[in-house]
Amino acid sequence: MEHHSILRVVSKLLIPPMLVYALYVQFHGEYSPGGGFQAGVVFAAAFVLYSLVHGIDALTKVAPPRILHILAGIGVLIFAGTGLVTIALGDAYLGYYALAENPQHAQEWGIVVVELGVGMTVATVMLSIFIAFASHTRKLDNKDW
Amino acid sequence: MMALIEPHLPALQVVIPLVAAPFCMMLGRGGLAWIFASVVSLATFVISIALFAQTYDGTIISYHMGGWAPPIGIEYRVDILNAFVLLIVSGSAALVLPYARSSVAAEIPAERQALFYTAFLLCVAGLLGVTITGDAFNVFVFLEISSLATYALVASGAWANKRALTAAYNYLIMGTIGATFFVIGIGMLYSVTGTLNMADLAVRIADHGDSSTLRMGFVLILLGIGLKLAMFPLHLWLPNAYAYAPSAVTAFLAATATKVAVYVMLRFMFTVLGFDYEFQADTLRMVVLPLAIIAMFAASLVAIFQDDLKRMLAYSSVAQIGYILLGLSLLNETGITASIVHLFNHAVTKAALFMVAGCFIFSAGTSSISKLAGVGRDMPWTTAAFVAGGLSLIGLPLTVGFISKWYLVLATLELGWWPVALMIMASSLLAIIYVWRVVEVAYLQPAPAGVTRKEAPLSMLIPTWIFVGLSVWFGVNAMLTATAAGRAASALIGSSHILWKD
Amino acid sequence: MSELAIDLEFILGRYNYWLFSILMMTGLYITVSRGNLIKKIVGLNIFQTSVFMLYISLGKVTGGTAPILTGDPDTVYSNPLPHVLILTAIVVGIATTAVGLALVVRIKETYGTIEEDEILELEHDMDFGNGAPQGGSRA
Repeated sequence: MEHHSILRVVSKLLIPPMLVYALYVQFHGEYSPGGGFQAGVVFAAAFVLYSLVHGIDALTKVAPPRILHILAGIGVLIFAGTGLVTIALGDAYLGYYALAENPQHAQEWGIVVVELGVGMTVATVMLSIFIAFASHTRKLDNKDW
Repeated sequence: MMALIEPHLPALQVVIPLVAAPFCMMLGRGGLAWIFASVVSLATFVISIALFAQTYDGTIISYHMGGWAPPIGIEYRVDILNAFVLLIVSGSAALVLPYARSSVAAEIPAERQALFYTAFLLCVAGLLGVTITGDAFNVFVFLEISSLATYALVASGAWANKRALTAAYNYLIMGTIGATFFVIGIGMLYSVTGTLNMADLAVRIADHGDSSTLRMGFVLILLGIGLKLAMFPLHLWLPNAYAYAPSAVTAFLAATATKVAVYVMLRFMFTVLGFDYEFQADTLRMVVLPLAIIAMFAASLVAIFQDDLKRMLAYSSVAQIGYILLGLSLLNETGITASIVHLFNHAVTKAALFMVAGCFIFSAGTSSISKLAGVGRDMPWTTAAFVAGGLSLIGLPLTVGFISKWYLVLATLELGWWPVALMIMASSLLAIIYVWRVVEVAYLQPAPAGVTRKEAPLSMLIPTWIFVGLSVWFGVNAMLTATAAGRAASALIGSSHILWKD
Repeated sequence: MSELAIDLEFILGRYNYWLFSILMMTGLYITVSRGNLIKKIVGLNIFQTSVFMLYISLGKVTGGTAPILTGDPDTVYSNPLPHVLILTAIVVGIATTAVGLALVVRIKETYGTIEEDEILELEHDMDFGNGAPQGGSRA
């Protein structure tokens, strides 16, 4: 892949802003458009771009499927666990008001934590789906380009 | 501790299997995952029993997700009808999992078993969610969670027979079309009323009265759910999906998936749209009722000519769904009672029978009826379980099948429709034929030379016999199931009467 | 509509429903009529997308902006609820597509084709052919 300098440079220029933008969308989700779904997809898209340029093996080195699967599970657990914590604190399932004295802060924290779980799951699941399909195809040689 | 958990039982009912699923995937090893899934399914079963006990006297539990009150927030609403269905789903899961251990070990490679149990738990969580929620759109989401898990489970039969893949694919296409119709229908109801909470929908639809949008919504929901529950001409996905799925999956799906879809239908027809909605009543009597009767005969006839035991039972399921639909399209209280009681009775019977088929596959290596000659002597307990389940399928007295048919015939006679009552009995005769075919081959034909078959292991036999035992117990003493079904039916009719009579 | 004259207002004023119906029927037709398993899934996607359009157009309020608080009490907002519902439905759609495509990949590996009629032929041979191998034989 070394001689595809345009692809390499463009991907190097694009991937870092994509990751930062994903984090921006993630952490502004509680009071502006955005949130875990959108952020997760943008985050995963950066990795997909990396893999399109450098090959699927390079991607699985950075993000091994086994780790992705576990992270996806942890994301769900963060979401569902927040609900269980609020039950333990005496509110309904996902009743954020139990999380803090100030009701606005409580809602904010609840959303931030839950969206973090959502973002993690969406990003890792999107990547897992991509890897599952991409690693099924024949490897491209340099001369096929 | 109990006091802390008790008010949250409706949420925990769904959340526990849902949270357990990712844990189960991380366990990685088949044996551990199996133990974990079994413990979880037992816990959900205990919760269902508690919910059933709380609602048995007609209490309605309303749980507000996130503390947001309905109709704005999502409400989990448990009355006797869905507590009854919850009991069927979680009970089947708790009984199928012990059975699954040997059966799955034989049919699925070790490194994939943890994923299998993960999908199983997701399927349980989805089905429980569909049943418990009081929000129309939530029904769709949970329906798809359970369906997607089901497609994966059906496809996992591919290690035994590659046709499981095409079966799962066809199921996916038909199931998704069904779910999409269903969600368009909900969109129509939403555009009429501006709400998604079922109780609120019922009130607003009654205020609003009939309109073409409402009619369209009803038809789309009927079609969508008809696809999911394998209503007669829409049943094409079912035989292959049931025949090629792993045995444990078939037993679980036969007991639960179509039953939950029937529950959704009952809920939308009679709670949301209202028992007295005339267009719906006409459609049920003019379209669904004839289709149900055709299903009873056509599917039973096809079942007679099947060579594969699982396929035969699958067609028999289509016929049995015909009985359930017949009961609810009679539109009287006895008929709806018959439908609800048959949900339980058929679940118990079919789970037992599919488990028997699984035992045959495990020990004799085949579910082809012609290759099971003389199996009655080699596997006496398994074959006896088939006979007992078969008798219940036919509807002989002292089995649960009799109870459902008794109520069904009563309901038709209440309306004075004795030809329909005769047809119910005539279709039972067809059941005798296809059950007898198996019995004849298993007991009366000599075993082929050189074939040795051992009795199935106890871990598979005991759950099978528990289901058989239930089908006899509730056939002798139907107090509990019949009372629950009767109360559920009168609650369904009663609530909508109040609204539409205003 | 008692008079026979075509009510243009009635037709044009509901263009979102017309588009929805056309898209929905197109998708359903592709799903039912095509023999290629991938094309069936494409049809299914179009079918699902039509529903997304229906819901989103239901939520539109004339003159309404995106439902983000502006601080101005006179702002008219579109109904955000259908947007949220469809966000969920899109996720369901993605999951369905992924499972469907995964099945197609496995079917291609085991049957060697993704044309429905060829698969049916192979399955017919499995049922009635002599000694055709059952089970996960790779084509």
